[in-house]
Amino acid sequence: MRYGRHLDQIAGSLALEVIGLRKSYGSVQAVNGLNLSVTRGQCFGLLGPNGAGKTTTIEICEGLNTADSGTVRILGRSWDTDATWLRQQLGIQLQETQLADKLTVDETLALFRSFYETGRSIDEVIDLVQLGEKRTARVVGLSGGQKQRLALACALVGDPVLLFLDEPTTGLDPQSRRQLWALVEGLKADGRTIVLTTHYMDEAERLCDNIAIVDHGQVIALGTPRQLIASLGADNVIRLGMGEHAPPDARVSLDELRGLPDVTHGREIAGGFELRVGSVQAVLPSLLQLAEQRGIRWTELSTHSATLEDVFVALTGRELRDG
Amino acid sequence: MRLASLRQLTLTRFREFIREPEAVFWTFVFPLLLAGGLAIAFRDKAPERALVGVAPAPSGDAAAAGVVQALMLAARGDSGVPRLRPLPADSVEEVLRTGAVAVVVVPQVGGGVEYRYDAARNEARVARQQTDDLLQRAQGRADVVPIRDVTVRERGSRYIDFFLPGLLAMNIMGSSIWSLAFAIVTQRSKRLLKRLAATPMSRLEYLLSFVLSRLLFLGLEIGVLLGFGALVLDVPIRGSIGTLLLMAFIGAAAFGAIGLLVSSRSRTVEGVSGLTNFVMLPMWIFSGVFFSSGNFPAAIQPFVQALPLTALVNGLRAIMLQGVGLGGVLPQLAVLGAYLVVSLAVALRIFRWQ
Repeated sequence: MRYGRHLDQIAGSLALEVIGLRKSYGSVQAVNGLNLSVTRGQCFGLLGPNGAGKTTTIEICEGLNTADSGTVRILGRSWDTDATWLRQQLGIQLQETQLADKLTVDETLALFRSFYETGRSIDEVIDLVQLGEKRTARVVGLSGGQKQRLALACALVGDPVLLFLDEPTTGLDPQSRRQLWALVEGLKADGRTIVLTTHYMDEAERLCDNIAIVDHGQVIALGTPRQLIASLGADNVIRLGMGEHAPPDARVSLDELRGLPDVTHGREIAGGFELRVGSVQAVLPSLLQLAEQRGIRWTELSTHSATLEDVFVALTGRELRDG
Repeated sequence: MRLASLRQLTLTRFREFIREPEAVFWTFVFPLLLAGGLAIAFRDKAPERALVGVAPAPSGDAAAAGVVQALMLAARGDSGVPRLRPLPADSVEEVLRTGAVAVVVVPQVGGGVEYRYDAARNEARVARQQTDDLLQRAQGRADVVPIRDVTVRERGSRYIDFFLPGLLAMNIMGSSIWSLAFAIVTQRSKRLLKRLAATPMSRLEYLLSFVLSRLLFLGLEIGVLLGFGALVLDVPIRGSIGTLLLMAFIGAAAFGAIGLLVSSRSRTVEGVSGLTNFVMLPMWIFSGVFFSSGNFPAAIQPFVQALPLTALVNGLRAIMLQGVGLGGVLPQLAVLGAYLVVSLAVALRIFRWQ
């Protein structure tokens, strides 16, 4: 049993519990009554646009920031009474930390390893994040993806029970992102609890067992990726482009589209419409028929399975990447 | 306290320093260049001879011409007296105004002379005295009491002897404060401090690692400067090396703690640079590195004496030049110790980790 030592000292099944968390900076309410609970062994995602309060929340959980009010319990304990113990149990990756440029990969890990009473060997961690070839290279010469993997390695040297990863793949190229995802999946399989923040819906969908969608400092939806998507009441999304210059008689209104069979929801987007539908097959014939009757030429017609992005849009009327 | 992490943190500081060639240059080579330059400027040389102008005697006055002639004759071949230079009659005012000569001798009708000089200039008063002596002897004045001159040049009384302990102290202050301020604020601005605060690292250990790494380099720094001083410049070290090292170490630790305090809040290197200069500037001026701090008025002496650099400069000077023992520099050690403890305590309290 890998975590025998730790687990004996951890009460209950919750790795993290946050109740009624509030934090403001001046007149800005960054976190506004946020609640979370993360059971042990799961990968939990905080998904939301930039400025939603994800980082503030996670930093309060990490003991790096203090809340104005609310309760945070980590592994059944509180920062007020058990900070020293907690520091030994957590692995933390901050958003955009730059490690010391002039140290090598080995030296950086030796430094971080020295802070923990028990942990993994440096060799083991270097193998895990696949930085074997870069052991003696200085940090300044690493690529963005390698730096991010080194940051993850620094979070892993203490053999943490609970890992906090704040936007682990922001700014990385697609290949580096996939590499990091594979690493996180490996950690999950190991039985570690992971709490990560992201504003990438694909990342959350792929990695997280449970997701809290955060907006304006509050959790606005909570569930597994499947549950959240199912909550839309529609499996698919159709996007229609009508073109800016279509003549008035060759136009169609949102109400007409909403009236088509199997369309559960519709909204106007720039230059067209977006419809949430049960089945694409059921809707398409009537769409095409309507177009023929009116002489409409769709400039865009695309369909995709509903994603977390659509859930966020349905909940807030905004898109994730709009921030 | 974990010894392993204190060791790793200190090693990190050490590595970061030696992998920054510019920092190494400014810490070790710059003080040597400065000391070398001063050694050249203040090298041993014969005492300077003042220049004295002699105006022409009034025409047709034989007595006056005789006095001038006897004076010129007496000065010839004597290297211990001012150099005499005959002047055209119309340039007397000009050479005095420009300071080209220290004194002008103006022969008077009937054999008397008039000395014209600026009494505020020391060298002018000395030159006047020497010229008058020469002139009177040439006219037959004899010494009443027999005299003999014995000149001494003692090691330890040259300016470079006075300056080297000051330079050593200034270097300890500068490198201690700068290296800490720069490293800490850089780490803060890169959010590395915050990352470290997220580990179980003890914060006291982190701060101590800076002090320790400073002490490591200090050995090298003072070794290089003292070695150069003793071997090349022949500066004396009259007290014990042990006391000297103790003084330097306590001084470095105190300035290291001041460096911590200075960098405890700043978020940018630019910000901490201003603060560092603000802290060091009064000490460059008042602490007696370049000239004795005793020259400042009595009213500001309590302030001058309370500066940590004054304590370090005076302590090092007393040990090196006067051979004072540990007991004699206890007051200076106490001042530095107080700065160390108070700065460290305040820095720990107000230190910003994010």
